[in-house]
Amino acid sequence: MIYLDNAATTWPKPPEVLKAIAYVLEQAGGNPGRSGHRLSIAAARVIYDAREDIAQLFNSEPERVIFTENVTYALNLGIYGILKSGDHVVTSSMEHNSVMRPLRDLEKRGVKLTVVQSKGDGTVNPAEFAKAITTGTRLVVLIHASNVTGVIMPVAEVAKIAHRAGAMILVDAAQSAGVLPIDIQAMDIDLFGFTGHKGPLGPTGTGALIIGKNVDTNQIVPLVRGGTGSQSEKQEQPEFLPDKFESGTSNAVGIAGLGVGIRFVREKGVKSIWEHEKNLVRVLREGLSVIKGVKLCCPATPFESVGIVSFTAQGKTVSEIGQRLDEEYDIMTRVGLHCAPAAHQTIGTFPQGTVRLAPGIFTTMDEIKQALKAIEKVVQS
Amino acid sequence: MSNGVILFHTTAMAMKAEKALTRAGYPVRLVPTPREYSSDCGIALRFTVVGKDLVVGVLESSGVEISALHEIK
Repeated sequence: MIYLDNAATTWPKPPEVLKAIAYVLEQAGGNPGRSGHRLSIAAARVIYDAREDIAQLFNSEPERVIFTENVTYALNLGIYGILKSGDHVVTSSMEHNSVMRPLRDLEKRGVKLTVVQSKGDGTVNPAEFAKAITTGTRLVVLIHASNVTGVIMPVAEVAKIAHRAGAMILVDAAQSAGVLPIDIQAMDIDLFGFTGHKGPLGPTGTGALIIGKNVDTNQIVPLVRGGTGSQSEKQEQPEFLPDKFESGTSNAVGIAGLGVGIRFVREKGVKSIWEHEKNLVRVLREGLSVIKGVKLCCPATPFESVGIVSFTAQGKTVSEIGQRLDEEYDIMTRVGLHCAPAAHQTIGTFPQGTVRLAPGIFTTMDEIKQALKAIEKVVQS
Repeated sequence: MSNGVILFHTTAMAMKAEKALTRAGYPVRLVPTPREYSSDCGIALRFTVVGKDLVVGVLESSGVEISALHEIK
């Protein structure tokens, strides 16, 4: 089988991740930070180790890592936690529905929304953000790398523009975390949401929002309140990190896997992972561009990207291509709108969508070559 | 010798403290928070060192926030 759907979820996972998950279920099985006995402490340690590895990968502090069940929850926490009726928020037309749906909902509740139109090739121009962001803007939300085209967005430049106007920036790093070198302090990112089951190589059901050092956490309202194992004499939610935003028993099993996945990524080195994926998508784009009838969905000028390539083919529906690649050639892809209707409208592939090929850390060049041959056959017959 | 127990607002800080003090070579042990002190987070840290100032120094330089430190005579 050739698995080219790593942008949806990475697969397979390193064996260490499976072992870490089994360790919690078999041995460190207490409720993390609740009971204080050995098994509870062991589970708490696993979670703290993951916090530390995540903080080191992105240059933050362990207690500023807020565990969530995925990036969608992390982005919702940032968006609903900050925006109030009357606030102004700016985003791009390349966003995933994990950002668009919360923002469209808030728009109905009195939040003013500006969607900066990206170019037809899916690139984002910081100058367009400079026009949209005003001194009244409270938050800017931007995807770090498009889940449709793979194009990397100018996050650090937009962060500067946002800060000059006194606004905060929330970055959707679903496709970039664990793949691109990221230093949230150097890039001046206030809020950074990522999911555990993609680049970080963890299991589904994990993710985090990292809160930047300069962010006043009093400005963020929790999405959920409840038991934290701390200040149990009080009926009000604690104000300190990470407990303010982490109510209810944590997903210790999943977080154990996420932590070890992140460690695996750190040992491999994000730079070498990115180089590997860049090589694969370069060959994919070159190969696809010479197949008759195939239209690549990416900028014509040089651009940086993560391991994602989208295409359409004349006379074939994307679903037919995806199904034939799966059934006849054992190749897993993802076709359609990728939960990002705004992005597909921007690049002109709405409502049909595209075929998305997403190699990952374990994909080989040989698999890419086999996939290209299969795509050629499917498209031309 | 100084004997004591340190309390934390959050489990994350108890874990951070354990790591920092272990790295600094001090024998510490995570224990259930003694009920007579607090109902803060469920985990507290027991230490036995020459002078509590050493412990406090390590915690401060590691960015660990504590909620209380009780010496046990």
